Amino acid sequence: MRNSPARPGLSERVLSGDRRALARVLTYIENDDPIGEAALERLFPHTGHAHLIGITGPPGGGKSTLVNELIRAWREQDAKVAVIAIDPSSPLTGGATLGDRIRMQEWHADPGVFIRSMASRRFGGGLARNVLALAHAFDAAGFDPVVIETVGTGQDEIAIASLAMTTLLVQVPGTGDGVQTLKAGSLEVGDILVVTKGDRPEAGELTRDLRNLRHVGMAAGVDQSGWQAPVVKTSAVRQEGIGQLIDAIGKHRAWLDESGELDMRNRQIITTDITTRVQDALARQLQGPDSGDATLRALVDAVAARRLTPHRAAADVLARLNRR
Amino acid sequence: MDRDSGTGELAERKRPIRVLVAKPGLDGHDRGAKVMARAFRDAGFEVIYTGLFQTPEMIANAALQEDVDVVGLSILSGAHMSLFPPIMDALREVGRDDALVVAGGTIPAEDIPALEALGVSKVFGPGTPLQDAVSYIRDNAPVRTDTP
Repeated sequence: MRNSPARPGLSERVLSGDRRALARVLTYIENDDPIGEAALERLFPHTGHAHLIGITGPPGGGKSTLVNELIRAWREQDAKVAVIAIDPSSPLTGGATLGDRIRMQEWHADPGVFIRSMASRRFGGGLARNVLALAHAFDAAGFDPVVIETVGTGQDEIAIASLAMTTLLVQVPGTGDGVQTLKAGSLEVGDILVVTKGDRPEAGELTRDLRNLRHVGMAAGVDQSGWQAPVVKTSAVRQEGIGQLIDAIGKHRAWLDESGELDMRNRQIITTDITTRVQDALARQLQGPDSGDATLRALVDAVAARRLTPHRAAADVLARLNRR
Repeated sequence: MDRDSGTGELAERKRPIRVLVAKPGLDGHDRGAKVMARAFRDAGFEVIYTGLFQTPEMIANAALQEDVDVVGLSILSGAHMSLFPPIMDALREVGRDDALVVAGGTIPAEDIPALEALGVSKVFGPGTPLQDAVSYIRDNAPVRTDTP
């Protein structure tokens, strides 16, 4: 056996910087294993230090390449960087190909960098269910920043903004005309807008469009937080814009601290986490294979036969839960 | 809940198997690795794909950080006898010699005993149905226990 009773537990080893133990804890947490939950109980008091940074944007938009460049800049400042890179799971088989690591291989032997791939397991919103809990484990192990790279997303995946303190929204030049920048959705949740592939001819125009629109939004008073989302153009091949992006991230962090927004966001993150877990547990209770809920089946029958609206059925389920 | 309330094996068995698929060596042929990755994904495994030109240290550190159950190596260069010893050493170095190591590609039958002596659990020679590799991994992926 690898672990005798005399050996310190996983959480102690995580706190002492043991990467093998950290990797295992991440697995247990990801799988809702009781060992992971117990480890998290011990690790959680040591969290609350890391800057949680979300990166989202379309598939193939250069997110992983951008993260790789950010790692380089952070390592120059001696920061310990953790990356959680999420890729989609197959809706058919549950399997997944996790390939974000390919773009970050140069850090494989650097003890100040830890990259972990995570399958979405059909959670939705470009995230995975336990991603925040994994970030907590990295936080406890002394990593700061902790970067969460979402599944490649479309126009409306904004869940990352309710998990991260700073959200970077990647925009790719040459993927649509100026109307795209007028649309509502994920564009509005980026704390920093990053135009990747800045060496492409359309990059300048996209950057200008995004900057102009930001001013319109500010004037209209839509965004009242007081933070003006900067637009940063980057190019990994030309090694441009990363310094400005690092500055923008630092400025956002400073603004969060000074304005009191950090405390608000933290509370929002915690609220989202708790409510999502409750929703999830309830859904599994209702749909689980071993729930044996004959009442639910009866309600499904009634709705399928158009004798009952889904709204009524849901109200009925809630009423039953409340009575318990 | 979809897990065993005890501490033991059931909960472990119910999670997806995590497999690192890597292509060591200096030749640029990654078709075998890609086919392997796709077959494992279709089998419901979570595949961490790192692609071409993987050094022993890259393989070992990915196995460590990704906490994979299985390391799958595709070798088409014929250099397997010189590639495997440093890979197995590197895995031992980072404490990941507990992972199941399987290999596929152009490995002649007469070399298999020597590779198995190094700690490679299974070698799938040319023409092996992918389903055999999938079944082997399902049956042999290690189960672990830890204390929190």
